Amino acid sequence: MKKLLLLGDEAIGQGALDAGLSGAYGYPGTPSTEIIEYIQRNPEAKERGVHRTWSANEKTALESALGMSYAGKRTIITMKHVGLNVAADAYMNSALTGANGGVIVAVADDPSMHSSQNEQDSRFYAKFALMPAFEPSDQQEAYDMPKLAYEISEKYHLPVMLRITTRLAHSRAGVVRSNVLQENKMHLPEIKDQFMLLPSFARKKYKHLLEIQKDLEMESENSPFNKYFEGSDKSTGIIACGLAYNYLMENYDTCNYPILKIGQYPLPRKQIQRIFSECNEILVLEEGMPLIEEMLKGFLGNPKIHGRLDGTLDRDGELNPKKVRKALGLPQLPTNDIPELVAGRPPALCVGCPHTDSYKSLTEALKEYGKGHVFSDIGCYTLGYLSPHNAIDTCVDMGASISMAIGAADAGFFPAVATIGDSTFGHSGITGLLDAVTQKSNVVIIILDNDITAMTGMQDSQVNGRIEQICEGIGVEKEHIRVINPLSKYFEENVKVYKEEIAYVGVSVVIPRRPCIHVYSKKKRK
Amino acid sequence: MKKDIILAGVGGQGILSIAAIIGTAAIESDLHLKQAEVHGMSQRGGDVQSHLRISDKPIHSDLIPNGGADLIISVEPMESLRYLPYLSENGWLITNTNAFVNIPNYPNYDDLMNTVRAFPNHIALDADEIAKNIGSPRSMNMVVLGAASSFLDLPYSKLEEGIKIIFGRKGEKIVEANLEAMKVGREVAEQNK
Repeated sequence: MKKLLLLGDEAIGQGALDAGLSGAYGYPGTPSTEIIEYIQRNPEAKERGVHRTWSANEKTALESALGMSYAGKRTIITMKHVGLNVAADAYMNSALTGANGGVIVAVADDPSMHSSQNEQDSRFYAKFALMPAFEPSDQQEAYDMPKLAYEISEKYHLPVMLRITTRLAHSRAGVVRSNVLQENKMHLPEIKDQFMLLPSFARKKYKHLLEIQKDLEMESENSPFNKYFEGSDKSTGIIACGLAYNYLMENYDTCNYPILKIGQYPLPRKQIQRIFSECNEILVLEEGMPLIEEMLKGFLGNPKIHGRLDGTLDRDGELNPKKVRKALGLPQLPTNDIPELVAGRPPALCVGCPHTDSYKSLTEALKEYGKGHVFSDIGCYTLGYLSPHNAIDTCVDMGASISMAIGAADAGFFPAVATIGDSTFGHSGITGLLDAVTQKSNVVIIILDNDITAMTGMQDSQVNGRIEQICEGIGVEKEHIRVINPLSKYFEENVKVYKEEIAYVGVSVVIPRRPCIHVYSKKKRK
Repeated sequence: MKKDIILAGVGGQGILSIAAIIGTAAIESDLHLKQAEVHGMSQRGGDVQSHLRISDKPIHSDLIPNGGADLIISVEPMESLRYLPYLSENGWLITNTNAFVNIPNYPNYDDLMNTVRAFPNHIALDADEIAKNIGSPRSMNMVVLGAASSFLDLPYSKLEEGIKIIFGRKGEKIVEANLEAMKVGREVAEQNK
């Protein structure tokens, strides 16, 4: 059968579509973005009328998906790991409301922080919420899992997590499609109060969630994604989750150690007990934080368990063949060192990027106040921290620029300036601006409007064309909403605008507006 | 048959097109394939690499083990050296010689090229110049692919097919330019092997 060449992310998209998906929701975030992008450009999704536009943030995405589930249809929500923090309120409670139509919360973790602020492991969230989770080891499993995930989700009326990590998300392989399931017909929940979390209902639902844990464990024990491989050498048993299984098998034609390959949670108790009693030592290979290792080891420790906690593997960072080889006690292959003359080449703002000009004039306007005045945010413009720009001072989480500027201004810090991209503003900046207006904070909010969500690869920005109206609607005074054109020929003018708004005591918004050069060159080519 | 290839360059130089074409050629040849690439922040002018693995047997890891690569194919000379820890003892280094200088501490060019040339199994060619000479300066990456083509153990016709599939929607002219660039790259490499 002909194979499709798909990224792990794309395999999830195709898998969900073939499992009867009716709507995909999400906010772009590396390495999760390509799931929805794939669904967006898929001709069958278009023909079927599958919902597939971006949401303002991960929380609104998850809530919209719950609404689709309420109406009886199958849905997927996609986000990066830190996006789940934004969606966490809805996520945790969705374990209590449960699902009507099947719900998959697809989260892409980024161990080693290739494009992220931390390397949190979403499996902890699944365990925290008492929700089943799936973790594919390859693109084919990424394609296959949505079907079983929806089945479990609808059988237990519970959303399920599908967790992948960067390497699988952004690695391509051949995938064989299976049969395409029909979408669900619209039907409301049979239980009238299913989505009603009044305390008295919530207490009952929580008890129910606790009760079905043993059933979910049984599902894991019988899952095709949890496999026990016999091995004659019982000195060590290896538990390998998701992608880690590949790094393990890379080293063997046939592995003589017993292996438990994990692809579905909660942990399959029977198989864990078996490998534990059968083997003298246990090596746990996890792509992410030591979740299983810690569970098995317990607080008081067990010298039999090896992994990230006892230094057999690095405590942080993603796994790779080299690390796993070392943990298995195998010699490394002969190789070369990187020649000393090779210099680092960090990412940088593109040549012609509007942010470069925005920062240049801002830095000039702030010169007289010394360093440390610019709270920034998450997007391409975070690269403005690096030389030669040296233009910003903080980057914490989506929207933090505005709120941190408010707090610093409250402390008497002047000037307190925030820089935030248009899409980030739509995601989590609007509420911060509302605080600023309500409290009459003395801040300058600079909304870097490049017309697009650029860092993640050109997705639509939710506030496109409406930024001034939003600011005005929130209550920023009209004369202190200033739009400028970040081009070097307007440098003097732009410095002046910044200076005027810094001098104004109150909330100012400056909007440097020029499309991302990639958007510009694409439009020019058309 | 098994080929492990590191593709290297700077964000925007077109290594993902090389990966896509080899990948398509491999799938068209009924081979197994895994290809890990870099998306997101690092793409913005930073160093980017792709791990491309082709085999007639199922492939486990998406990443090539250290010391396991048969080939490094690079569209930029300094980037070709960054991934040497992946290259196997008898592996080949195939690189464009035209430096992409977007950092202040880029090494001395002569030192850099001496380091490349000190490597016994290497092919170094000015792919930008070659692409310019045939009138399609944007096909530099295909010149490099052409230079590497005889090391891939894939039928050349399948690579041509890959170019047709990948660039097909951009029109006949672009397909032709890329086919020509690959061909010239292959010829130059044959002369310099």
